[in-house]
Amino acid sequence: MGRDLSYGPGDRVRVLPAEKPGHVRTPGYLKGKSGWIEAVIGRFPNPEDLAYGLAGRPERNLYKVGFRQADLWDDYEGPAEDILYADVYEHWLEPGEGGTA
Amino acid sequence: MSEHHTHEQTTRSPYAARIRAIEALLLEKGVLTEPEVQDSISYMEARSPANGAKLVARAWVDDEFKELLLSDGKAAAAQLGMDPEHPAEFVVVENTPKVHNLIVCTLCSCYPRAILGRPPDWYKSFEYRSRAVREPRAVMREFGYEPPEGVEVVVHDSTADVRYMVLPMRPPDTEDLGEEELARLVTRDSLVGASVPRASATTP
Repeated sequence: MGRDLSYGPGDRVRVLPAEKPGHVRTPGYLKGKSGWIEAVIGRFPNPEDLAYGLAGRPERNLYKVGFRQADLWDDYEGPAEDILYADVYEHWLEPGEGGTA
Repeated sequence: MSEHHTHEQTTRSPYAARIRAIEALLLEKGVLTEPEVQDSISYMEARSPANGAKLVARAWVDDEFKELLLSDGKAAAAQLGMDPEHPAEFVVVENTPKVHNLIVCTLCSCYPRAILGRPPDWYKSFEYRSRAVREPRAVMREFGYEPPEGVEVVVHDSTADVRYMVLPMRPPDTEDLGEEELARLVTRDSLVGASVPRASATTP
């Protein structure tokens, strides 16, 4: 666990706006959105391979990523402090703007 | 419709009928055995929100246990005799006077089944899954809960290998209640964060 981590808590990240056919665990509403690494969860077999009966190797780093709700939805009802966390695999992230939060 | 069909069969949804057909095929082809299917059913039926309520009530009366529950959910569950055996991680998030948590799985219906059993039907609905991330406050209002002014709402979308449960706040005016009575206040909805436990829930 924790090998070759590209990101650490506080780092700004952006979810790749990529399209990938088949089973992915990155929800569409987060694609292209910016947030921060809240925590490193660990390494897990890649679910995109597991879904097709493969071993999911190499394992992928999984992060808990935080987003401000106001950055996700233009019409968000609620205070600016409201947050959404999602668990995102490293290969769906790229460095975000602003460096460490 | 054949007259041999039981009432249960005729009212079954197309999805249930499809699953039955797939199950029958898997059994016929020897991919699954009947005892495996039964084991799987027993596994789910042995788990219920009562497990979550026990964990919460213990955390309300025992600070050391609460610390364990929040730092290592599986260890805490094992300590109360539950079997959290499951590949997924089990993480408990704490409601405080400043933060209210709500759990959803937008992609499917991820839920801490190893502890709580099957999720409620509404948790699996498209409506809940799409609205909980976009308008969590409106969703909670429909469940009869409105976070007080100044409380931050935090949504956890369980998109991957972690299953989340909420540790709600102990309701006011419950100082006289014992652990078992406290556990009875903890509703299934409050373990997802859609609502909160209320002291009046003890009234039969």
